Amino acid sequence: MSYKIKFKGPEALSGKEFTYCPGCHHGIVHRLVAEVIDELGIREKTLMVAPVGCSVFAYEFFDVDGTVAPHGRAPAVATGMKRAMPENVVFTYQGDGDLAAIGTAEILHAANRGEKITTIFINNAIYGMTGGQMAPTTLLGMKTTTSPYGRSAENEGYPIHMAELLSNLPGVAYLARTKVNKPQDVIKTKKMIKKAFLAQIEGKGFGMVEVLSTCPTNWGIPPVEANKWLEENMVPEYPLGVYVDKVGDEK
Amino acid sequence: MAEKVMVKGTEAIGEAAIRAGCRLYFGYPITPQSELTEYMSRRMPQVDGVFLQAESEVAAVNMLYGAASTGHRVMTSTSSPGYSLMQEGVSYIAGAELPVVFVNVVRGGPGLGDIQPAQSDYFQATKGGGHGDYRLVVYGPESLQEAVELTAKAFDVADKYRNPALILADGMLGQMMEPVEFPEFRDLNTLPDHSSWAMQGAKGREPHKITSFDINEYVLEQMNLRYQEKYKKIIENEQMWEEYKTEDADVIIVAYGTMGRIAKTIVNMAREKGVKAGLFRPITLWPYPYDALAKLADQAKLFFTVEMSMGQMVEDVKLAVNGKKPVEFYGRTGGVVPTPNEVLAKLMELI
Repeated sequence: MSYKIKFKGPEALSGKEFTYCPGCHHGIVHRLVAEVIDELGIREKTLMVAPVGCSVFAYEFFDVDGTVAPHGRAPAVATGMKRAMPENVVFTYQGDGDLAAIGTAEILHAANRGEKITTIFINNAIYGMTGGQMAPTTLLGMKTTTSPYGRSAENEGYPIHMAELLSNLPGVAYLARTKVNKPQDVIKTKKMIKKAFLAQIEGKGFGMVEVLSTCPTNWGIPPVEANKWLEENMVPEYPLGVYVDKVGDEK
Repeated sequence: MAEKVMVKGTEAIGEAAIRAGCRLYFGYPITPQSELTEYMSRRMPQVDGVFLQAESEVAAVNMLYGAASTGHRVMTSTSSPGYSLMQEGVSYIAGAELPVVFVNVVRGGPGLGDIQPAQSDYFQATKGGGHGDYRLVVYGPESLQEAVELTAKAFDVADKYRNPALILADGMLGQMMEPVEFPEFRDLNTLPDHSSWAMQGAKGREPHKITSFDINEYVLEQMNLRYQEKYKKIIENEQMWEEYKTEDADVIIVAYGTMGRIAKTIVNMAREKGVKAGLFRPITLWPYPYDALAKLADQAKLFFTVEMSMGQMVEDVKLAVNGKKPVEFYGRTGGVVPTPNEVLAKLMELI
């Protein structure tokens, strides 16, 4: 008997089992990034920079050259790589603590320089790996282990909107905010990720996709409810859509 | 060799780096080394290199991390408060075993301090600074010619051991002008091939992973033990020092860098007064030449450490002398450079 393979995992994934919690969106986004790398045929020249946090092992999940940056510094590490190897494709994968707190300066200046790198930004409104502390993206009123009475604007300030902030910088060539809690969103998100890579490949500048994501473990709710919570609470705070697109339509 | 040219210290180090094959520089201006950053901004485009002014020292050191992970020769330079900011990256670069060259043109501290020459970053440079069990090869040049030669050596040693190296200069060396003879340009094709580990794209091979990290404590311990094996080899092979008039010396002055240079004058002045003085000048501050200094403890009656700090290297001198002979100390701090006369007066008090 002979079998014909009709469906298989992307080549840009190493096949190593993900270590993420049930219901976490990292796995979906990893797969989308890997599929885009496959479709663009860039696996053999892609260099990835993994962050500190839950996705610290991302460099092992992708079958590409990879390193782990110090907390928040991935855009600076990626800058050094890209300047040394301009023909290669360089991407960072970062969470909200990484990108929107400790690494705010690095992402802002990499974007402002129009650094030809791609950033995948996972915003789940909480710190995952360290056990559910408040993030700069935590919603007002949201309880975390370090905002046990709920985040208040007076004490902790407002949820930070990175897509809107960065979209004002002329160096940005593609910027979108999306989510992956429904199948049609997954399809949309993949197209956005592809464009963020094309912004780099076509030499147009910095590309970033912010993905609103769930953290059922630290939110303390089951995965299905987490998807619903994201829809009802995060989407109104963080408007979805394409903020910058200098890439144009895919040929 | 080419003829001698008159150059400023910071620029001499920059030109030496370029001639050694450095084609990527990331940095941030800070006195008294801003001329090095400026020099690289002029020179790098002329040699098809990359110059990028980072938004901070934190970003600069991480750009260095990224560029070094692709196997290229890279450098950054800074001064004391800037080097403090880089310590996170220094620790990561040491853990990831990346060959990079740092230049710290030391100024008075702690904190913002001032912009005058000092040697008070010795502890930070030689004993850590960042977190974890790691070492940097640290060179302390006394002149611009030596700084030029040690810069080239720093790149070669960094490559050889896949370990960061540091040129620990001071504001005096950074700001002075001297005639210097530069070596020829290294042919980039003769630089060591790093394709066996560098991140250059996984074409036709298994992906390369470069990290300073393992979540399993037993694996991380093995990584640390591997680093220690490397450090042992560096200790065996890379110690450098200079001895000046030590053959018959009763008093050994121990000093490095600019202070080591001043100490030669002090040795000569002491000898004119009939004191048999000699100088031991460590050139590698790590690995420290303990054994060579220890040998002098059999012969000399007194060791006299002189530093532009409140006494940091004196601890290494005491380790080397190991209680066999007295070790005295004199230092000025806050950016004050001791004069030969004041050091000599202190020496005459001691004997």
